[in-house]
Amino acid sequence: MLVAVQPISVQVIQVPLTLGAATQEVQAVINPSPVDFVGEAIRSEFPILSQLVRGKPLTYLDNAATSQKPLAVLESVAHYYREQNANIHRGVHHLSQIATQEYDRARSAVQRLLGSGEPSEIIFTKGCTEAINLVASGMVFAKDDLLKLKEGDTILVSTLEHHSNIVPWQLAAERVGARVIPIPVTDKGEIELDSYLNLLKGTRPKLVAIKHVCNALGTINPIQWMVQQAHAYGALALVDGAQAGPHIRINVQDLDADFYTLSCHKIYAPTGVGVLYGKRALLEALPPYQGGGDMIRTVSFEGSTYAPIPAKFEAGTPNIAGVIGLGKAIEWLESLGGDENPLDEVFAAIHAHETQLSKLAEAKLNEIPGVRIYGESSEKAGIVSFTLQDAHPHDIGTILDSEGIAVRAGHHCCMPLMRRFDVPATARASFALYNTREEVDHLAAGVSKVQEMFR
Amino acid sequence: MSLDLRELYQEVILDHNKRPRNKGRLNDATNEAEGHNPLCGDQVHITLHTSNGLIDQIAFEGHGCAISTASASLMTEAVKGKSLEEAEAIFREFQAMVTSPDSEDVHEELGEMIALAGVRDYPVRIKCATLPWHTLHAALAGEGKASTE
Repeated sequence: MLVAVQPISVQVIQVPLTLGAATQEVQAVINPSPVDFVGEAIRSEFPILSQLVRGKPLTYLDNAATSQKPLAVLESVAHYYREQNANIHRGVHHLSQIATQEYDRARSAVQRLLGSGEPSEIIFTKGCTEAINLVASGMVFAKDDLLKLKEGDTILVSTLEHHSNIVPWQLAAERVGARVIPIPVTDKGEIELDSYLNLLKGTRPKLVAIKHVCNALGTINPIQWMVQQAHAYGALALVDGAQAGPHIRINVQDLDADFYTLSCHKIYAPTGVGVLYGKRALLEALPPYQGGGDMIRTVSFEGSTYAPIPAKFEAGTPNIAGVIGLGKAIEWLESLGGDENPLDEVFAAIHAHETQLSKLAEAKLNEIPGVRIYGESSEKAGIVSFTLQDAHPHDIGTILDSEGIAVRAGHHCCMPLMRRFDVPATARASFALYNTREEVDHLAAGVSKVQEMFR
Repeated sequence: MSLDLRELYQEVILDHNKRPRNKGRLNDATNEAEGHNPLCGDQVHITLHTSNGLIDQIAFEGHGCAISTASASLMTEAVKGKSLEEAEAIFREFQAMVTSPDSEDVHEELGEMIALAGVRDYPVRIKCATLPWHTLHAALAGEGKASTE
């Protein structure tokens, strides 16, 4: 059974005792023994990090926007173009077979990354945004009752959402006369879980679309519990994993997500690749997103039939090099861990390292007069969003840039969230496995300079 | 602080950012417009009063970075008392200054606004400086809205 669980009546608010499985695993190893693949030790594998920017060593703290790529990934892309380049599928010649094999190998790697049941539940898209649009558009045109979005239906999203998990639903809702309703967030930047339950109860939504980790504040949502509740009220659940992918261990089966999306360039892979995971039966019931080559079984002017998943959703020549690079990125991450469940170990260490850095950054920034940090959840990924009294985030960004420090300044594609906190923008430092404590020092020194300048 | 950064954040700019002149909204405005930079969310609202072809009152409000706030503040001082044609001429001069690739160009007639010349080295920040001007232009043209897009 997919999600058609009978609604249960919930009288009291159940505070989620269990967070996402990934989070639990992380909790268990929050103080891991020193590992040699985070921080300084790994930097030599990222050639871009050794450059000077404006005469200063690059301090790259814009990882939530995109991560840098390790040599293994860069080389795999170059190797593909040098030695293996051919279009995939249906090619009888040698190169096409190799390219197809490599492409399919990447799909298996993503299956391991997400813990999905089978590789065919993994669809490659051009990004996380397209993955969400694929589902939203499919729900407009679906014939299956479970998926079909109808007039008067409700879609719940949270106020934390990125525009890419709001606007596709607005577009879909507009087409059929459905409504998109936001779940409010607390002053700490956490989803109001009692409001969530009330909205589930009051609106019986068709779908709940929630991000796993908030790109603007770093909040890790209690996603497993939220999916459970969505199902209890008969709703489908789509989880936007764009910011979870690089930071925490994900298991879509434990989460029981109906759909889960990834932005692969944030996970040390090339740009131009996203992932949509969907439960087999749902993907089979969802109509194609785009028509074209590769997604068909037969084509005739009387009517065409479609290929089975995943091909049904991969019309046209995909980003073959990007997908192969993604496969390599995952294999590279696996190579950092032990022989058994390497990704469990690697993501536990990455999360521990990144949150150590972000907590250190928060502590140091808090010492600077006028700094305010947004996002005070106890469950956070390595993201620090802040403002400085009298200095606009864009000025902070420009001045830090002159120190070789890359941060993001703006609304982070979360305008409703910025409005919730009554700020036009924030500055955001986001960490990856290659960042160091020295870089946190650079950041704090840079922000101090801004503070002195604008005092 | 590096030299080029001091060039961008000159004392004049920091001063106008901290103590913006002509901040607010006129009740008896003859022209007004709302300016928006969708890229960064900066927003400025300009109200002005003209009589006999002269801008005799002008005010701005909104939120934005130091560059856009200082530019708006400096602009209101520069165009107050000027004819509409003179205001447009200053706009063209200002635009030429911040977009000119040649930093040797001198724009003496722009007075204190020369402090904003530094943005030409920061392509992403040029629109911060020109947003108030585009908004003024829209207000004078009776368009009501301006965007940097």
